[in-house]
Amino acid sequence: MIEVLQIIILIGLLLTAILAVLQTDLLHAAVTLGAFSFLLALEFYILQAPDVAIAEAGIGAALTTAIFIFAIRAVGRKEVTS
Amino acid sequence: MKQSNIVRITADIMFPFIMIFGAYVVLHGHLTPGGGFQGGAVMASGVVLLLIAHCDKDIKTLIPTQILKNVETFGLLLFGLSALAAVILGSGFFTNWLVNTGLLFGTPVEYGPNPGYLNTGGVIPVMNIAVGLEVLAALSVIAVIMFRSTEPDCGGEEQ
Repeated sequence: MIEVLQIIILIGLLLTAILAVLQTDLLHAAVTLGAFSFLLALEFYILQAPDVAIAEAGIGAALTTAIFIFAIRAVGRKEVTS
Repeated sequence: MKQSNIVRITADIMFPFIMIFGAYVVLHGHLTPGGGFQGGAVMASGVVLLLIAHCDKDIKTLIPTQILKNVETFGLLLFGLSALAAVILGSGFFTNWLVNTGLLFGTPVEYGPNPGYLNTGGVIPVMNIAVGLEVLAALSVIAVIMFRSTEPDCGGEEQ
């Protein structure tokens, strides 16, 4: 049972990571990275490291997403392709 | 960029719950998973939620940066002094001088399994609180300075 959940979470991790690279809208990419961090926190919790899971959820999903959003506010939302 | 009413009111409602959960993680650091750093990060994410949802003009009165800097210094001093107090009391650096004394966090615990009592642990909860204050203030100051330096547009009409 727990293996099925782990496989689903690992596939979700791969999908969100690939999506975050492929997005051209930077705000969407930042939110996708937040979802990646949330799934990673869930995986840490399943691997019986609740300590790391709390730190990952606090730092990865909340703080870095917020700092990315502040930076995107300054540099503009669309990716510039030359 | 002014956020909509839904975002602002949801952030206002969620803020006290996030802060209380962070304080729970800090205070139960010696009993349950988590501790000073994790609880401080959770509380700082609550402050950052307010930063994202509100405008810069509201933030200046809501989150005073100077008080946060003072809290950071206080946390660092509390951590260092609670470690140095053991030297003054005649034992080694970082010795747990509060445990089993009956003072704050000093209730003696019998051997064997127990459900976990909050008022135990000696100097460990004190240092957890110090690290929690330090991390909360430091991460909030980083986010506030990042927020200020990007010069958000506050004058837009309500969406």
